[in-house]
Amino acid sequence: MTAPATTTDRTAPTGGRGVASLYAGNSRAVMARGWRATRSSNWMIVVSGFFEPIFYLLSMGIGLGALVGEVATADGDVSYAAYIAPALLAVAAMNGAIYDSTWNVFFKMNFAKLYEGMLATSLGPLDVALGEISLALLRGAFYASGFLLVMQALGLNLSWWALLALPAVLLIAFGFASLGMAITSYMKTFQQMDWINFVLLPMFLLSATFFPITVYPQAVQWIIQAMPLWHGVELVRGLTTGAVHWGLLWHVLYYAVMIVVGVVFTTKRLRALFLD
Amino acid sequence: MPAPVITARDLRKQYEDVAAVDGISFEVSPGESFGLLGPNGAGKSTTMRMVGAVSTRTSGDLEILGLDPNAHGPDIRSQLGVVPQADNLDTELRVRENLLVYGRYFGLPRRTIAERADELLAFAQLEEKSKAKVDALSGGMKRRLTIARALINDPRILLLDEPTTGLDPQARHILWDRLFRLKEQGTTLVLTTHYMDEAEQLCDRLIVVDHGRIMAEGTPAELIRAHSSREVLEVRFGADRNAEVAKRLEGVGDRIEVLPDRILVYSANGEAELVRITEAGLHPITSLVRRSSLEDVFLRLTGRSLIE
Repeated sequence: MTAPATTTDRTAPTGGRGVASLYAGNSRAVMARGWRATRSSNWMIVVSGFFEPIFYLLSMGIGLGALVGEVATADGDVSYAAYIAPALLAVAAMNGAIYDSTWNVFFKMNFAKLYEGMLATSLGPLDVALGEISLALLRGAFYASGFLLVMQALGLNLSWWALLALPAVLLIAFGFASLGMAITSYMKTFQQMDWINFVLLPMFLLSATFFPITVYPQAVQWIIQAMPLWHGVELVRGLTTGAVHWGLLWHVLYYAVMIVVGVVFTTKRLRALFLD
Repeated sequence: MPAPVITARDLRKQYEDVAAVDGISFEVSPGESFGLLGPNGAGKSTTMRMVGAVSTRTSGDLEILGLDPNAHGPDIRSQLGVVPQADNLDTELRVRENLLVYGRYFGLPRRTIAERADELLAFAQLEEKSKAKVDALSGGMKRRLTIARALINDPRILLLDEPTTGLDPQARHILWDRLFRLKEQGTTLVLTTHYMDEAEQLCDRLIVVDHGRIMAEGTPAELIRAHSSREVLEVRFGADRNAEVAKRLEGVGDRIEVLPDRILVYSANGEAELVRITEAGLHPITSLVRRSSLEDVFLRLTGRSLIE
């Protein structure tokens, strides 16, 4: 406000150079903004999303489970509730991550012009991408941790390996947040956004969530195995039921690739949109 | 003379087959208030985006604060304040929070930001709205908040793209007053506008831009002197008669300009021209003598009005 002259405490941006420099090492400022926004305006939405998978668990697991009885898995029989709970845990991580990284991002990008404002400062597109994705990831992690506690209380964690379900759901949330934001950054209209839901719902219902995928013909199984949720469900189910084997690392790898692809495309897209 | 804070030489921006900015050159000195005047689509906003280091030039030279934006985008952006054409305030945050959060984007320490936020709220006359939601603010208040936000990093140059477009007259005057204060404090202002009164109020010097090119450059007074007469007589004969009457006005004034709704007669003495017209037996429905403005300069240079 006073005469321009001296510069005070300017953080010299690090990382790449140029108009479209990628990274200023300040994604925490983007996250801090998200916390504040959540606190002051939309915490109710956050809380409501938390209960959704719990309702599924109670109705399907406890209610329907009484009719179904045991489910045969490769490592022996488990109760129906213990069979679907890890799947719903993966879904909880997915939902939390997807909500923040798709509709929220779509709104900020197209209507609130939030990223335009951010990228007029010393922030780079990677700061924005990482900040927003981390926020979505934390929301997914928050949903999933709560759900894991409910599972514990209901006796649905059958092994100490279940502790590793926590980092596993972080990974799953990270993957969905990252890919979700990348896809959203290419969307221009509400109709296109609906396609995301169009993919999410069948994926939720069919990815070995409520019954094993062996009921499908081989071709359908392949399609499901190509989708991300199935990998999450298998990974988490292996951990909470104690059926741990090296093959689970393939699922971890799947998510690692998904995270990298998502961050790379989100960053590229933000750069193309706001730093032309 | 101190080194310029902005130097543009033959600056161009090409979007596929459209040249949005087609070879413009200008310099801005520290503390100066510099304007880009032109109609919508003239290339003002594109120029501002290049100066703001968020758009890469297609060709030409550009230096902001001695740095090339192609090599030092973030360094430049950290020393600029940007007021975009459309408000992009954070509507999920309250008024003061908007300033706090924006300061963090520059990586400034919290305490510095908090102090500056309070100063800026006072400057923007928004102290009482500090906890209000952004959506509850009037258009003028939002604009003032956007300006306050642009000042949070104590910028060396403030870029304003159409700062008062869409505001009512009173809100515009309040905003002009704030910007004038900044100017008095020595802040370098660069603004685009299609309002000539705004350019006359705020700009020490300006360029008139059309189709991505500079049509003229100078102080408002110089431009008016160079491209227009001292006074203008506006006469109206009714929409269907203007063109016909205009033929009979040949030789009146230095020059005449026929617009759809009125005829402009350029002359050093508007009253005298009006007397000549009435003596010739022509009786305008309304007549008005005024001083020449930048609008007339623009009309002369481009053959078009600024606001169409």
